[in-house]
Amino acid sequence: MSGWRGLIVPVVLLLLGEAAFRVFGYVGDTLAPPSAIFRGFAEAIGDGTMVTTTLQTFATVLGGTVIGAAFGLVVGCALGFWNLLYRFTYITIECLRPIPSVALLPLSLMIFGFGYKMEIAIVGFATAWPFLILTYSAISQVEPRLLEVAKVFGFGPVGTAWKLVLPAAAPRLMTALRLCIGIALVVAVTSEIVSNPQGLGHELMIAQETLRPHRMLAYLVLVGLIGWGLNNLLLWLQTRMFRHRGEVDTEVAA
Amino acid sequence: MRRGFNFPGLAFLQGLVGLALFVWVWHLIVASGAVPRAFLPSPEATWNAFVRGVTIGDMREQLLGTVLRMINGWLLASLVGIALGSAIGISETLRNYLRPTLAFARALPASAVVPVAIALVGLTPGMVLGVIVFGSIWPTLLATVQGFAMVDPRLVEVSRALHLSRFDFIWKIGLPNAVPDIITGMRLSLTVALILAIVGEMLAGQEGLGKAILLAARMFRAPDLYAGIVLLGLVGLVSSYGLLLVERRVARWRR
Repeated sequence: MSGWRGLIVPVVLLLLGEAAFRVFGYVGDTLAPPSAIFRGFAEAIGDGTMVTTTLQTFATVLGGTVIGAAFGLVVGCALGFWNLLYRFTYITIECLRPIPSVALLPLSLMIFGFGYKMEIAIVGFATAWPFLILTYSAISQVEPRLLEVAKVFGFGPVGTAWKLVLPAAAPRLMTALRLCIGIALVVAVTSEIVSNPQGLGHELMIAQETLRPHRMLAYLVLVGLIGWGLNNLLLWLQTRMFRHRGEVDTEVAA
Repeated sequence: MRRGFNFPGLAFLQGLVGLALFVWVWHLIVASGAVPRAFLPSPEATWNAFVRGVTIGDMREQLLGTVLRMINGWLLASLVGIALGSAIGISETLRNYLRPTLAFARALPASAVVPVAIALVGLTPGMVLGVIVFGSIWPTLLATVQGFAMVDPRLVEVSRALHLSRFDFIWKIGLPNAVPDIITGMRLSLTVALILAIVGEMLAGQEGLGKAILLAARMFRAPDLYAGIVLLGLVGLVSSYGLLLVERRVARWRR
């Protein structure tokens, strides 16, 4: 593998950044050299805020994704089993789906006030659609003969969903989960930056407003690392779980 | 039986009936008083707020502001994304060097860049545009790289035999082959651009629908808020469907 070459660019950028600050002697309230960013990390871990806010954001991501996934799975299964239901609802779904999740921020804030509820509601809205669509498409692509077998055995909708459809759709649902965790993190951080006073996004905003660039950049790096780490973790899980089926879309980034 | 039976037409009709039912149920819920009107206005109130906003209010200017912001950022991101993606796509070396950096930058939620951009540039329209470009560049860039990777190896050999320059290879072989991927990427980019345009308006106070719905919610004017959300949903619907049509047409033309 050529892994080491990929490290050159970030390392050179960090060194250049550090050198630029040393040479020009810049001290200001908008940017900070990499060494100060490390200090920002140490500071934020030391006073406990980094752990607390990370847990707050994680709780939102998890709660929202669970709610969104549950809704998407149930409705997606229902639409997949009853074609008539699908035909009567698809236009409504296509009209609701493109509503940008941030457009619901003011509404959610008005209903729930600050806190976990308003954020989880928006994350749930944003993550429900990919699950709904992928569940539906997974079901409509299940081998029809398998569904006939289910009918012969008298499985009923719930039994069919549990014994046939979910196992067949599992690889695609894992892809949906990976996509949704990414979306959930973006939506959570966005709502924290725009309005909700908790979590990583709010901490970023506070660091900027209190003119502590080293802390702000430390949080920015942390948010990036979390996004990157979660995606890689789920990708790894996905390959491990479904490698034997050869159904993994590797989707290698760049 | 199938021939005389216009199935897509019927399905569309059923879909419309479903949508009408949805609005009717919405109306019934509000009329029953189960949900406070401050949180859920009736469809009629929303429609009236919409008509008022478009005719005597400034909803048209706000819509124009948001759409222009979204499209400007998206076009800029597409141009830069396609150019960078082509450069990365033709060079194995460049890909090896940039892979982790790109993976990190793509995983970074674009809105997290907003505080940094505010610190650097201030609350200006340029800042919002920069954030939109930064956030919406990734789908197009990665799709371009992907499209270049999928170019038929025989075409690469042909171009070598013909001694095509790098630029000629990109222009004559790489880009035409990558067009379907690029358009898919651009469709995803447009969605991101809309979201970031709204976030930018909310944070930087730029005139647009994002700021308008934030103000409507602060003043508990639910009908105006819903009218704005519906309009933003329409913007999302129209823009993604427009590009989906282009995508399908390109796919057909290539076959």
